[in-house]
Amino acid sequence: MQLSARPDAPRLDLRGVCKRYGALVANDAIDLTVQPGEIHAVLGENGAGKSTLMKIIYGATQPSAGEMRWCGERVEVASPRQARGLGIGMVFQHFALFETLTVVENVALALPGRPDLDDLASRIDAVSRRYGLPTDPRRLVHVLSVGERQRVEIIRCLLQNPRLLIMDEPTSVLTPQAVKKLFETLRQLADEGCSILYISHKLDEIQALCHAATVLRNGRVTGHCRPQDETPGSMARLMIGKDLPVCERIASSSTGEVRLQVNALTQAARDPFGVDLKDIDLEVRAGEIVGVAGVSGNGQQELLWALSGERTIEAAERLHVCGVDAGRLDPAERRRLGLGFVPEERLGRGAVPQMTLASNALLTAHGQGMVRHGIVRNSVVSAFAERCIAEYGVKCSGTEAPAQSLSGGNLQKFIVGREIMQSPRLLVVAQPTWGVDVGAAAFIRQALIDLRDQGTAVLVISEELDELFEVCDRLAVIAGGRLSPAVATRDISVEKIGVWMSGLWPDLAGAALVGAAIHEEIGHVAQA
Amino acid sequence: MWPRLERRAEASPRMRCLSPLIAVALTIIGGLAVFALLGKSPVQAFAVFFVNPVHDLYGVSELLLKATPLMLIGVGLAVGYRANVWNIGAEGQFILGAIFATGVALQLPESASRWWALPLMAVAGAIGGGLWAAVPAFLRTRFHTSEILVSLMLVYIAQFLASWLVYGPWKDPQGFNFPQTRLFPDTALLPVMIEGTRLNASFMLAIAALLGAYVFMQRSFRGFQMQVAGQAEHAARYAGFSASRAVWGGLLAGGAMAGVAGMSEVGGPMGQLTTQISTGYGFAAIIVAFVGRLHPLGIFFASLLMALLYLGGEQAQQYLNLPASISNVFQGMLLFFLLAADLFITYRLRWAAPSFGRRAWMQR
Repeated sequence: MQLSARPDAPRLDLRGVCKRYGALVANDAIDLTVQPGEIHAVLGENGAGKSTLMKIIYGATQPSAGEMRWCGERVEVASPRQARGLGIGMVFQHFALFETLTVVENVALALPGRPDLDDLASRIDAVSRRYGLPTDPRRLVHVLSVGERQRVEIIRCLLQNPRLLIMDEPTSVLTPQAVKKLFETLRQLADEGCSILYISHKLDEIQALCHAATVLRNGRVTGHCRPQDETPGSMARLMIGKDLPVCERIASSSTGEVRLQVNALTQAARDPFGVDLKDIDLEVRAGEIVGVAGVSGNGQQELLWALSGERTIEAAERLHVCGVDAGRLDPAERRRLGLGFVPEERLGRGAVPQMTLASNALLTAHGQGMVRHGIVRNSVVSAFAERCIAEYGVKCSGTEAPAQSLSGGNLQKFIVGREIMQSPRLLVVAQPTWGVDVGAAAFIRQALIDLRDQGTAVLVISEELDELFEVCDRLAVIAGGRLSPAVATRDISVEKIGVWMSGLWPDLAGAALVGAAIHEEIGHVAQA
Repeated sequence: MWPRLERRAEASPRMRCLSPLIAVALTIIGGLAVFALLGKSPVQAFAVFFVNPVHDLYGVSELLLKATPLMLIGVGLAVGYRANVWNIGAEGQFILGAIFATGVALQLPESASRWWALPLMAVAGAIGGGLWAAVPAFLRTRFHTSEILVSLMLVYIAQFLASWLVYGPWKDPQGFNFPQTRLFPDTALLPVMIEGTRLNASFMLAIAALLGAYVFMQRSFRGFQMQVAGQAEHAARYAGFSASRAVWGGLLAGGAMAGVAGMSEVGGPMGQLTTQISTGYGFAAIIVAFVGRLHPLGIFFASLLMALLYLGGEQAQQYLNLPASISNVFQGMLLFFLLAADLFITYRLRWAAPSFGRRAWMQR
């Protein structure tokens, strides 16, 4: 049956789409209609079935039942290649990039035929400038930060002039200015007739951007709304079925002992595309949360490696952990001083994917009486893992569940719990709530605040400004491998931090110089 | 209606255990088919191959004797394989262990006592095998070379080294110019455990090694660290576990155990070093390690099975006039079927008629 596309037909029309994995029903009779030129939000907590639904539309997986119409015509999308042929582009939440290839090679792989790489590189440059997504097409993907990889994904889709663009949490790694720029781009795309399916947990963004929203909960459609007519609070209620938890926090101006001190740390990056750390000064005291804001790829990774000990520092006295020269200590030795660390990548770094949660508890918490005479005490390990699962509300089948079987948010809760339960004297957390649903995010933030109130020094490195403003007592900004002075959160505005993120902060000797250099690098973000 | 492979949501632990048993069953069926094609009665051939070798005490003792070096090498390799350290050169490390042990045996004074001579030979064997495995360990940790290639190439060097020794400096002056050393003195021979058989004390050593490896791999924190380093390099660095220590540990464990196995061969059934030292135990033990699921208990049974294939092959030569390579055919089939069956640990077969996307299994 071959129907010609009707001009007034919806761009995308799903009817009764189901997807079952064994006994698990990920999608249950989903109806979804997207009009041409519409920006349509799909709202839902982690595990509500959003990602599965998007994968079905994009042909990465096939529905168990139901049908899909594209411009009024019934289609069966057997593969992403076919989806791209129809004009569907997708930016995945978990990136689908080959780490050993360059940006331009990755983009070339998604395009039909064999594009000329030099020509493609200049097209990437053009698109990245136009949409404010600075990217060097010749860099290898494995050296890129999470935020930079996401830019590559977005650019890859835009190059194919899609008629439906699926965006899974696209703004979590952008500066406020860049988010505005992206929204302009998306609105422009919509005005040109491109439909956009927008998945996000940032309700204020959905309100600002989207024309319509479909709400999912437990794999079913539980409601529709017009975001302009709603408040973030009312949408959150639709999404999680109850009121949004709010973090309770009393601002603190700590005069506790200094637990982390970085003195004029300068370190050249290990790989040629990394960011050199220049003259970093930082101090975190017991009983305070210090945040480091910044666009990804400005030295956060390098700073975290240096703090955690995954890369040691030649001059040991540049880093003090709990009063000890710690520069040359390895991660295990720093842990013994009282350092806890939650890394940005959960699977493969914070947890071993194939191993059970119990084994992943042993990974860093072995100092909690889990090892005696070199032999692992399994009962202590499982008791610890069980307590972590219970106290941090980790949804899983038990302590024997492999880490990779958990959703991103649940695994993050486990990792944060594992680190906090060791009562660290200093906790360093990278991207605590990246890709985590609102309920879990609020929980994790509250856990960090509670830890602070018990007298721990906490350093949070995040690309989400809202989050930093919510939990931090003091804030610094990292840009181009330099760190701004830390200022009390109540004394600074989001707009000002946004300006600092492009490397322009006052009162530093040579600030103008730094600013100029960085402006060169990311200037096109700020240029409207 | 076509079958298609569908990825399982989770690797199936049941299939992980069943897979070696399926492989064994398929190997036997395949073997019977081979016998039939060669014009032998499958029933008779089965009896000769699998039952004859173990129909009496002597046969069983020979089975355990053959299984001993396989257990020793296989369990050593498993330590490394669990840490993703791919030592393929156990054969060479086995030969070096035999050479070092021979070196000690040939230097023993008249007054030597078994009580220190044999442990000394075992230690020398472990050092020899360990040194041979240290080469790929050093090159991998220092220059990122592939330990697979380096350890494999060292096998051939080891074989030539053994040849040079028995043709040259260590040749028995009273040996009618055969390429072999003097026979070892009694003090350098492992004591026989059961009178009238060749089964010697190294079997107990192998059992002890299996127990030790069980504690190390399943229960010790060091074993856990090696496993993490092998499975997730970044997680190991994050936790402060050294990746190079895992490489060294994995290769040295395999090398030392293979070296001890080499010692048990020259100090046991051979009683001297000859060019026949390279019997392929080092390669067969790779199959043993995988059929045994890298677990000491599995390796125990897999070694017995592999030893049975060796003995069955000898019987098949004697009674069925089949070529010696029949053992290799069986080994090959076993590995082939195991790898094929292992696919179903992460995939399953679906017979349902595909209404959507025929090529679902190709994507993720």
